Amino acid sequence: MKHSFIDQYSDRDSFIHRLDPRTKFLTTLAFILAVTLTPPHRWQAFVICFVVVAALMALSRVPVLYILKRSLVIMPFVLLVTVFVPFFKENGLVLLAAILVKAWLSVLSLILLTATTPVPRLLEGLERLRLPRVMVMVLSFMYRYIFVLVDEVMRMRQARDSRSSGGSRLWQVKTIGRMAGTLFIRSYERGERVYAAMLARGFDGQSRTLNNLSFKLADAYFTFVVVAVLLLIRALSLWGG
Amino acid sequence: MEEVVRIDNLSFIYPDGQPALAGVSLTVNRGERVALVGPNGAGKSTLLLHLNGILHTDGQVKVFGKAIENGNLREVRRRVGLVFQNPDDQLFSPTVFDDVAFGPLNLGYSESDVRESVARALEGVGMAGFEKRSPHHLSLGEKKRIAIATVLAMSPEIMVLDEPTANLDPRSKGSLISLLRQLPMTLIVASHDLELVRAVCRRVVILDEGKIVADGSAESLLSDVVVLKAHGLTGD
Repeated sequence: MKHSFIDQYSDRDSFIHRLDPRTKFLTTLAFILAVTLTPPHRWQAFVICFVVVAALMALSRVPVLYILKRSLVIMPFVLLVTVFVPFFKENGLVLLAAILVKAWLSVLSLILLTATTPVPRLLEGLERLRLPRVMVMVLSFMYRYIFVLVDEVMRMRQARDSRSSGGSRLWQVKTIGRMAGTLFIRSYERGERVYAAMLARGFDGQSRTLNNLSFKLADAYFTFVVVAVLLLIRALSLWGG
Repeated sequence: MEEVVRIDNLSFIYPDGQPALAGVSLTVNRGERVALVGPNGAGKSTLLLHLNGILHTDGQVKVFGKAIENGNLREVRRRVGLVFQNPDDQLFSPTVFDDVAFGPLNLGYSESDVRESVARALEGVGMAGFEKRSPHHLSLGEKKRIAIATVLAMSPEIMVLDEPTANLDPRSKGSLISLLRQLPMTLIVASHDLELVRAVCRRVVILDEGKIVADGSAESLLSDVVVLKAHGLTGD
């Protein structure tokens, strides 16, 4: 079956796309940190943060509508967690608004990161940043097999739907439970076959990779500008009016 | 004739008690193209997993004159390449390049050797230019070729393939068969696709219920309707 890409638009070309994945990952992290540390009532800082993301979006030439749509998928979850805040806190509505804005800005920056960096490149970057190798492998297997699993689920659903219609609610729930169990066992067995395939090509528990990454001058400029702006925001939220 | 594989009276029972192989003996010489033919559940895949030490035994399987043991697994796995039936099991990396480079990296090749062997292997299966693609965006035929490239990149002397044409449409199957015909090394192919066997292999070994029941030239065995019928290899 055909699937959309998790990292749609990441194969395009722009200044942002060409940056080293490590640069993008670290600056995104710094950006999220700066956003989270900004006090709720400093709306000027949020405006600047938004301008920063918007400028980067424009530079990346990723369709704005795509980024906005994607961010809206995540916001309901944030809302679900935060909706009770106004009932328990003083100034609750301001706080709620600030949390929503912070979450939205963070999500925007993460979408920008994944829309401009192919997942394999991002994983390579994480590995060079010394993220424990086993975590990188888990992430890379997840990226590789998520659609294989989705296919599996879709086939199971088709097989179920072609043989059953209706039934009581309880019956349907039971069927879903059994499908989940089957999926788990199939994935487990696939895991064993994959491991055999790894062994067959000389895997001995050590993981070896080639380095395809190199920092360029553009990475230094980019990091410098972003960090300078973030420090400005920080200063503004500490002493500003 | 140099003997490259020698199996002496190999039996294997899976941990759940299901017998898979019962006293298999087989020798393969360098340069031979052997088809391992048999119905589903005959023990073909189990036998293949013994050829590079994925399944262990004590000395019943010898490759290049030496018994497979823990000390020489690395060497054995370099010289005996195993291509699994399902490319979704064989291809586990985020990109085609990473997957083809996996074997050479494990063998400790230098960076330039890794890049060179990846390029050569992809060229060899007609998939040059696919380095940056992700396996889940490839067709089954393409995945099968990449799976073969992942093993080719290690320059094996014996190539072992499990059901290489399973689930392929006729055109992909045809092009895969011509690819297999071009491979220069010793080939051991497990399949019940007799069209593939006829096109690629000179020698046929029939396996049924864990035993070798016939061993001979492809022309004579594949035209022996009685034998084929007795072991579930013809439809009528």
